[in-house]
Amino acid sequence: MTRIFVPADSAARSVGADEVVAALAALLPDATIVRNGSRGLLWLEPLVEIETADGRIAYGPIQPADVPGLARALGGDGSHPRRLGSIDDHPWLASQERLTFARVGVIDPLDRDDFTAHGGLAGLRASLGMDGGEVVAAVTASGLRGRGGAGFPAGLKWDTVRKAEGPRKFVCVNADEGDSGTFADRMLMEGDPFTLLEGMTIAGLAVGAAEGLVYVRSEYPDAIATLQRAIDIARDAGWLGADVLGSGRPFDVMVRVGAGSYVCGEETAMLESLEGKRGVVRAKPPLPAISGLFGLPTLISNVLTIAAVPFVLERGPEAYAAFGTGRSLGTQVFQLGGNVRQGGIVETGFGITLADLVHGYGAGTLSGRPVRAVQVGGPLGSYLPADALDVPMDYEALAAAGGMLGHGGVVVFDDTVDMAEQARFAMEFCAEESCGKCTPCRIGSTRGVEVIDRILAGDHPEANRILLIDLCEVMRDGSLCAMGGLTPQPVLSAIERFGEDFDRSGHDDR
Amino acid sequence: MSRAVAPWSIEAAQRVLAQVDEPGPVLVALQSLQSQFGYVHADAVALVAERLNVSRADVYGVLTFYSDLRTTPAAEVEVRICLGEACQAVGARALLADAREQLAPDDDVSRVFCMGNCALGPTAVVNGRLLGRASVASVRAAVDGRPT
Ligand SMILES: Cc1cc2nc3c(=O)[nH]c(=O)nc-3n(C[C@H](O)[C@H](O)[C@H](O)COP(=O)(O)O)c2cc1C
Ligand code: SF4
Ligand code: FES
Repeated sequence: MTRIFVPADSAARSVGADEVVAALAALLPDATIVRNGSRGLLWLEPLVEIETADGRIAYGPIQPADVPGLARALGGDGSHPRRLGSIDDHPWLASQERLTFARVGVIDPLDRDDFTAHGGLAGLRASLGMDGGEVVAAVTASGLRGRGGAGFPAGLKWDTVRKAEGPRKFVCVNADEGDSGTFADRMLMEGDPFTLLEGMTIAGLAVGAAEGLVYVRSEYPDAIATLQRAIDIARDAGWLGADVLGSGRPFDVMVRVGAGSYVCGEETAMLESLEGKRGVVRAKPPLPAISGLFGLPTLISNVLTIAAVPFVLERGPEAYAAFGTGRSLGTQVFQLGGNVRQGGIVETGFGITLADLVHGYGAGTLSGRPVRAVQVGGPLGSYLPADALDVPMDYEALAAAGGMLGHGGVVVFDDTVDMAEQARFAMEFCAEESCGKCTPCRIGSTRGVEVIDRILAGDHPEANRILLIDLCEVMRDGSLCAMGGLTPQPVLSAIERFGEDFDRSGHDDR
Repeated sequence: MSRAVAPWSIEAAQRVLAQVDEPGPVLVALQSLQSQFGYVHADAVALVAERLNVSRADVYGVLTFYSDLRTTPAAEVEVRICLGEACQAVGARALLADAREQLAPDDDVSRVFCMGNCALGPTAVVNGRLLGRASVASVRAAVDGRPT
């Protein structure tokens, strides 16, 4: 019986994967159709894979109208204009270093045997033979840093939670993934949810927490459903619950759904939201590691940070730290989006240049026009001009180039972009999503939109430009969290590097 | 909304609230009410406050903070166009403007920020269904329930 793989990933579904499945099922009633995650070659979705003696042969993109031809090809020698060959040998994939995403797109996300047959649970089993301090030491030695944005050393945070005193402790996974241009958390939760649960369990047992929560944004209904089913399956299998894998130690996980607020991705706003309140940012200290959810010690980590942990425990910290460069060790799951020909997931060691991502993997713009700007690190990240893409993608090098890695999103714009509009949007977004706690962010963002409008209307453009820069400094220095503090980054980078777009006088002489 | 919702009544709301037993319950309570009735009725504020032993102001504060929570029934047709930067880079602003102009006046067309489909933008959500590489034509087809 032939096995055919068609992703149930929501990006694949957004371009017709379900319709392709229906057409395949009608024409090939004897085939078994597996709904896998996506391999991350998103421009090829819906990507159909056929299991053969020579490996999994891919065809894509396949639309429902292509299915009759595909069915004929499968009955014959397999040749078809959309045939891509063995997916594992596809250069886009074969050149990557997939550690965290090793199983995504490969396995049936909710088949626990498929998961363990592909190495699942090996990290958790290894950790059960170690004491908590040893597990934390392994995470520290791996060099793993937080993938949610700030890049804080994971081991240090684990150590703080482990040593904190409390009657209960929590592991809270931040799956709010609000940054535009990012989708790796979603794809992991949809494509390999057990890995997240495995990482959370390792973390919980190491720091002394028996309860895990995953805060998933409401924009991700498929991820929420998949995760919920994965939790039920893991409980049935004894992977979660009162006696994790027969160790006698408890750990369980619950999903909580967000309600449409970007700032709730900020860790203390997330805690407020988990407590059922308005998502208003808390002042630090106290650190959530010491006084977090309901005032108890709480380990807060991004999905990708936690999902990297099983590899570290299975293969050892040195194996993880062998990837990457400098103080940015391991792999980063880059997400290529926007106006790019070949968008998707590129997991590779830190240090790849932005140019390699945009022009190499991305193959330039979707429109075929020249690249003009690239925004790295979400809506609070800087815009880099096309001639500045030689920067290596690691935390320090990017910061030195005036950029920010953030959650690893890379958004490409062609030469039709209006950078003054993008700067205005950054202020508008901040005004819309500010939690309202501090004045520079709450009021400054609205004033920022107005000042940009005045510049664009030709109303004292030079004086207003100086005012805007001044406002950005006040926001940067006077905001409690990175929402207000980093909104100036896209604005100032647009002014500094694309200043000509702010001149609407119709001539180049400013 | 494409999803069936129950008509609002105090008794039905009380049954929903009786099911809420999670920690940090105010937001969960409001989300549960919305998923049952499609919106949070004005009378629900007092009900939730009483049941969870918090002030009405607390409940009202939560209700107005989160953009998902709504206090009026949803329109028959809900179209969300993503205006995140990755979708802007492939024409989302124009798509939003065109959708507002070309869809029926009763259709609720609004913007959202990122649906996690940033490599296949512009992205739209039509009655809960995610559309990649969206156009006014594909949005309209989804509104009509035709294949896109
Ligand atoms: C406005 C704002 C939004 C944020 N959104 C997210 C998010 O969506 N996901 C995330 O993991 N971290 C987000 N962060 C970072 C978190 O505050 C926190 O640093 C992170 O979840 C810690 O996990 P990590 O150490 O694994 O990175 C955001 C921060 C700010 C200021
Ligand atoms: S900077 Fe903005 S989002 Fe952050 S705490 Fe202040 S008002 Fe809230
Ligand atoms: S920016 Fe539109 S889906 Fe992410």
